[in-house]
Amino acid sequence: MAEPRITLDEVLHVAELARLQLSDDEARQMQAQLDSILGYLAELDELDVSDVEPTFHSIPMDAPLRRDVPVPCSDRSEILAEAPESEAGGFAVPLVLEVDS
Amino acid sequence: MTSFPWQSAFEIREQVVSGAATAVDVARAYLARAEELNAKLSCFLYVDHEGALAAAAQVDRAVRGREALGPLAGVPVAIKDNLCTRGVRTTCASKILGDYIPPYDAHVVEALRASGAVIVGKTNLDEFAMGSSNENSAFGNVHNPWNLDRAPGGSSGGSACATAAGLATLALGSDTGGSVRQPGAFCGITAIKPTYGRVSRYGLIAFASSLDQVGPMARSVREASLLLEVIAGHDVRDATSADHEVGAYHAACSRGVNGLRVGVVRDQLDELQDSQVRGAVEAALQSLENNGAVLVDVALAHAKHAVSVYYLIAPAEASSNLARFDGIRYGLRVSGKDLADTYAETRGQGFGPEVRRRIMLGTYALSAGYYDAFYLRAQRVRTLIRRDYDAAFESCDVLCTPTTPTPAFALGEKTSDPLEMYLADIFTLPPSLAGLPALSTPCGLAADGLPIGLQIVAPPFEEERLCGAAQVVEDACGLLTSPPPAFA
Repeated sequence: MAEPRITLDEVLHVAELARLQLSDDEARQMQAQLDSILGYLAELDELDVSDVEPTFHSIPMDAPLRRDVPVPCSDRSEILAEAPESEAGGFAVPLVLEVDS
Repeated sequence: MTSFPWQSAFEIREQVVSGAATAVDVARAYLARAEELNAKLSCFLYVDHEGALAAAAQVDRAVRGREALGPLAGVPVAIKDNLCTRGVRTTCASKILGDYIPPYDAHVVEALRASGAVIVGKTNLDEFAMGSSNENSAFGNVHNPWNLDRAPGGSSGGSACATAAGLATLALGSDTGGSVRQPGAFCGITAIKPTYGRVSRYGLIAFASSLDQVGPMARSVREASLLLEVIAGHDVRDATSADHEVGAYHAACSRGVNGLRVGVVRDQLDELQDSQVRGAVEAALQSLENNGAVLVDVALAHAKHAVSVYYLIAPAEASSNLARFDGIRYGLRVSGKDLADTYAETRGQGFGPEVRRRIMLGTYALSAGYYDAFYLRAQRVRTLIRRDYDAAFESCDVLCTPTTPTPAFALGEKTSDPLEMYLADIFTLPPSLAGLPALSTPCGLAADGLPIGLQIVAPPFEEERLCGAAQVVEDACGLLTSPPPAFA
């Protein structure tokens, strides 16, 4: 059997980079599907593009700058109303650092 | 005048403006139809009775007060549910945004409100616009009004279905790799993917930022062109929005095709396995020629690589854009044992299988050691695809291909193999990668009654050419007179 293009360990590593919790079954299925997709995408290897510039923007454009003046934005309470948890006018987040009490 | 609900946007506005009907009456009639038929079609995720009636009442007050009325006064419009609507739930058909209520309107929604349009509801889509059949919605399958067992296409399947079945007069969708054109073709309506930058993406929830565009969908070329005119234009809130004059798209529908050089991608057409699609496209080309167009054979040598290029670039951009859904500022939170665990649990449970797959593929393609081999290589091949168009447009003014290799496939037919689904996008992906404007319009029906779409592509900011050519095809093919039989 040919080497897979992506191993189960690599799938688990990428899932960690992407902050995605996958069950064992999901990870195995993901490995098979990504392997098949990467196998198809390998057709690009037949092209020699070493001297071709990449296209990051299909339509050429400059990065525009606006005048540095304040403009109204959404109301804070409306934004916080959408947060899973808010406190004292800000987003409440799970504890990041351990604090000695 | 045709009867409700098949009246055009022009007919509805005329009645509202002249006082022959009130905008509230029109809205009530559409809302009732949406309420009745949505159980069968699932095209709406939310029907906004209150908002629609309030907007309609405002139009009626403007009529009574003899105020100036916008080009879409009183016209019922459906909005894809990845476009933010102030105070109205916007879900992207994802569990991770299931209860999200945006505090602002997308640019195109503001433009619609200013034009007097009545927003009737938010339409179903593939989760985060990732899909070609609408089967990736977390909230149920949309059905094709021409045959309920067929896919409506995706990702703007709800918008296409609602328009085709007369649950709305017009709709907005979004198109990253074909997401207004392919469902437009499957549901027998006209859909336009504007030049990248032509329409502001402000308030469109991002999927792949170098490709996403908002596009109009309608039952006629003239209505789609009018809607494009309403939403196009420069907006400082989208840094990629083009400061380029908006064309007279509606007027351009009357310009004809005399002397227009129409490029035919001959090898793509000859290799097409579906003889009915090939036949309908050939007939549309013939009608263009009969009206004075000159057919020219052109080649797009690298278009066959578009699926590979697209399914590296779009997932890479998506993996970055969707990093914002972390359970902290909006949407779902699934609490874990620490912060990292909360992120992973929230995203693992909040995203559906196709979105997870694309995030994984994109993260992999951008990760250390693979960037050059995958992402950068794809961007280089993208240059080759773009250059093919530059060369083709030296000998033609517009270029025609089928929109899809087949008419609407069956629901469930392609869900077991993601790659099979990706390959169905072969004709819509190349213009997207090149940033070009492209339109799909019906050009015939297959023997089983399913619509077939013709795709017309133009150089950047030449949407007027698309409108002119598509109108000639519409006049020749005349699909307009016959809505889906089950809903007529």
